[in-house]
Amino acid sequence: MARRSANFALALEATRKVATEAAGPNAAAVDRDARFPVEAIDALKRARLLSAGVPVELGGLGLSLGEQAELCCVLGQACAATAMITAMHFIQIGCIARHRGDSAWFTGYLRECVERQLLIASITSEVGVGGDARTSVAGVRVEGGAFALTKQATTISYGAHADDWFATCRRSPDAPGNDQVLVMLRRGSTTLSPTTTWNTLGMRGTCSPGFSVHATGDAAQILPDYGTVSAKTMVPYSHVLWGGTWLGIATDAVHRARAYLRGEARKAPGKAPPQGLRVSELATQLAVMRALVHDVARDVEEVYETPGADEALATIAWALRLNQLKIAASQAVFDITVKSLQTIGIMAYKQDSPASLGRHLRDALSASLMVGNDRLHATNAAFLCVFKDD
Amino acid sequence: MSSEELRGRVRQVLAEHGKLAVDAAGLGDDDDLYAAGMTSHASVGVMLALEGAFDLEFPDRLLRRSSFQSVAAIAAAITEIQGGA
Repeated sequence: MARRSANFALALEATRKVATEAAGPNAAAVDRDARFPVEAIDALKRARLLSAGVPVELGGLGLSLGEQAELCCVLGQACAATAMITAMHFIQIGCIARHRGDSAWFTGYLRECVERQLLIASITSEVGVGGDARTSVAGVRVEGGAFALTKQATTISYGAHADDWFATCRRSPDAPGNDQVLVMLRRGSTTLSPTTTWNTLGMRGTCSPGFSVHATGDAAQILPDYGTVSAKTMVPYSHVLWGGTWLGIATDAVHRARAYLRGEARKAPGKAPPQGLRVSELATQLAVMRALVHDVARDVEEVYETPGADEALATIAWALRLNQLKIAASQAVFDITVKSLQTIGIMAYKQDSPASLGRHLRDALSASLMVGNDRLHATNAAFLCVFKDD
Repeated sequence: MSSEELRGRVRQVLAEHGKLAVDAAGLGDDDDLYAAGMTSHASVGVMLALEGAFDLEFPDRLLRRSSFQSVAAIAAAITEIQGGA
């Protein structure tokens, strides 16, 4: 990421301010009470960072995918739930920005996102599809220019706190399960009734219970061909921005291990603390993880910046690579966080010490579960039966 | 093999491995197979079965969604490989 968008430096500075002033100070309470990080998200809205990914010509900051991942990383060092919510919102904006085509409705919607700093949630999960986002049970009904959709979602992150919701569903009730579209469900013409609770080990502030969803609206709110949107934008954005979020968790864990090492070193100058080697290993693991996320982000950006090149993202080669990023980054954040905790020892194990890593560890445990790594390994195993790497 | 025979054998493979929501024999040459219910998982099975049935290997550049979008697209990909061999 050698080239920087014009707005990146200011956006990074503003995000750091949100992290230190709003996300960090409330992270423990958000985690303890499993509540939405309202202070941090409000601060992001005030700093106009929720439209970071909206193109400049529509009033947004026009940040690249890798730059958005860096913002998620900064937030993830303070509050992983805030970072994950931001990542998920950026994914929705990215899908609209890149696939709106000549839709006047979606172009107008992006302008509205800038003006009102709307927070968009995603409704891809559904009862009965076994976690496969590329299959839907519910279909959208379109009649006379209006749509109606009813969907049973197993989980909607910040569902109760979003301004709007972007839902996958079948193109019509009688279309095959994988013939999907995306529909923007607007607050005011959508009802969400919670069907389950969200009392999890980690990522508690994402507030992601299941909901029964019913919405109506204008047929112009339907974005066609989710298969293409998924391959070219939703999957690359998800895995890079999640990777950025997890990199934030791992970075802060290693920060704490390094601070501990410095403290130990000061106690006996001239004598190498026994934790030194472990911390050096941690710093190395973190460098590898960072390089992985940045490497994929840079290559995706290059594809996006080359007109017509994004067809490449619909190849098995790219699907393999993106799945590998997700698998490797989700394992790395867990490994790094556990090792940081063990390196620091009892002070990290304590819940009320400045070196505590309990929340980090519980948050990191979610990484291998959201889009299960076994599912991705199974997909990649099938791909490797035909992929030659020629 | 005539192009008609080729497309017939492609339809056979699709009937066995495509997990389509419709009868493969009734598919038009340009009908969208993904819209007909073929998942990306099933498409890998179709690729493998085609490689076996036609004794060829799809190069990575053809391992993309659009190469397996329709009977005609698959037949074109096969013809391209056979012509280049």
